Amino acid sequence: MDFVRLLQLNPWCWSVPLTPGERRAEVRLYGSAGLLATMDDKVLEQITNVARLPGLVGCAMTMPDAHWGYGFPIGGVAAFDADRGGIISAGGVGFDISCGIRCLRSNLDLADVLPHARALADALFRNIPAGVGEEGDLKLAPDALDEVLCGGARWAVDRGYGVAADLEFVEEHGCVEGAVPENVSPLAKKRQRGEMGTLGSGNHYLEVQVVDHIDDRAAATAFGLREGQIVISIHCGSRGLGHQIGTDYLVSLAKAASRLGIELPDRELACAPINSAEGQQYLGAMNAAINCALANRQILTQLTRETFARILPHTALETLFDVSHNTCKAERHVVDGREMMLHVHRKGATRAFGPGHPALPARYREIGQPVIIGGSMGTGSYVLCGTRESERQAFSSASHGAGRAMSRHQALKQWRGRQLIDELAERGILIRTRSMRGAAEEAPGAYKDVDLVAEATEQAGLARRVAFLRPKICIKG
Amino acid sequence: MNRDTNVASGERYAYFEHDADMGIVGRGVSVEEAFEAAAAAMFAIMTEPAAVRREQTVQIEFEEADIELALVRWLNALLAAARTNGMVFAEFRLERDGVVWRGSASGEPWRDDLERGVEVKGATLTMLSVRQAEAGWEARCVVDV
Repeated sequence: MDFVRLLQLNPWCWSVPLTPGERRAEVRLYGSAGLLATMDDKVLEQITNVARLPGLVGCAMTMPDAHWGYGFPIGGVAAFDADRGGIISAGGVGFDISCGIRCLRSNLDLADVLPHARALADALFRNIPAGVGEEGDLKLAPDALDEVLCGGARWAVDRGYGVAADLEFVEEHGCVEGAVPENVSPLAKKRQRGEMGTLGSGNHYLEVQVVDHIDDRAAATAFGLREGQIVISIHCGSRGLGHQIGTDYLVSLAKAASRLGIELPDRELACAPINSAEGQQYLGAMNAAINCALANRQILTQLTRETFARILPHTALETLFDVSHNTCKAERHVVDGREMMLHVHRKGATRAFGPGHPALPARYREIGQPVIIGGSMGTGSYVLCGTRESERQAFSSASHGAGRAMSRHQALKQWRGRQLIDELAERGILIRTRSMRGAAEEAPGAYKDVDLVAEATEQAGLARRVAFLRPKICIKG
Repeated sequence: MNRDTNVASGERYAYFEHDADMGIVGRGVSVEEAFEAAAAAMFAIMTEPAAVRREQTVQIEFEEADIELALVRWLNALLAAARTNGMVFAEFRLERDGVVWRGSASGEPWRDDLERGVEVKGATLTMLSVRQAEAGWEARCVVDV
């Protein structure tokens, strides 16, 4: 990224001063100089375009892991006030609506798992449908799917996928309000028929990880984490249903924008006023997709438990937290001393409520929300903790991943999937995938340094590091 | 950014760089041919096209006056048809009659020995362009993977 247009506010935050005659809201870029230097200039162009959208409150901002997306940058956060003409944007949520991470803590230590690692990797690979074209055992007709879209993870628990205790540790207790299945096209429902309980492909994964080290003992204790403990992370979203909703509304909202009096700086920012029929229609469909994603991760949680139980029968897997990072959510935030209801878009950004937030489960309310930064399959991931400072600075938002440093095409030229998998195996990381090409595209070297992203996230005040998780088994789509 | 890959001039499709996703380029002597080539580029992200048997054909039809949005709708209609039929496609035909686009895609259901690439979630409006170049038509956009 070219620093010429940037003004450094502190070592971890930058703004983009207005040029003469330019009309837009403020922009904030969080991250170190080193991280920003590696970002494409398109990140700046995209977040500046977001700052021109109507009804934006505060700043349009990017998280330290930001990279070039479509419409919004990945790692983009923007809040809109419906009463001031604020919009909801399909491009601000993305195709993989409510993509997120379910993190499970276990009662196992690394030593318990190591003798069974290969068997566990093979069994997880057999039981977790992963990769392009793979379907799950559960086939849902449109009417049955409507129940999923209204019930979310609760629907899944009611049908034996998991336990009620899981729901306390899922955002919105497993079910977001405002889902309108009628706003979801028949094609989207048809596309989801075989996709409940599937991982998908690309950067989605199921990882068995070990807690490598603890940074914050008090928070780790609250989260139930200790060094050497086995943790499982499941990264996936709303699958074909979400993709089709994104597809349907991206085009329809792009067409509607001029009729609704919205000048789009980029057609990909396709949006509608929250208080318009079009905006409400998308909101209802998007909430349905959020519930679909929550149900999907709940089913995968159960499949994971069943797999562990066959190989290590005394395993207990509890939901540590389930957090989405491609959403728009109605939330109350204090702006200039006044509490407001805002629609906060987080595209490739994680909600990160600080201590005391009423939405948090009692277990975490004093310490703050668990935040998960998923890293690459060769490096590791971080568990962090939400802060009050993030509420003031970023509508309680934080980074969601390492963020790509290299395109998929460049990665394919640099790595071979088989060779990469063999090298990782020598380092004690077992990869199971149907896609050698996908493995190469997801090479650890194609991602930013997750340590730098986590450090910048903490130093910027967005979330505080709690624990580092090192991968041992990775099921890739 | 926006660099075509090292394909020989005149090849039907190519890719351009994007941080997280992939840019596709389809070329042809007509808009329809360029769209067919863009579809081939998109499905080649998901599998090796040469290995796909042309066993079944599905029909696609939609109305769209905006030529750029027509590219996005064509590609997304193909993704939906592939997913709902459990298939992967490798051969494409498209005709236009005013604002009505009628096409077909041929391929087969996924089988274990087909190479698995990366699933394309959708065609986006980013870097979207359909234009007449010196050697014919070129259609491009970023697809979300």
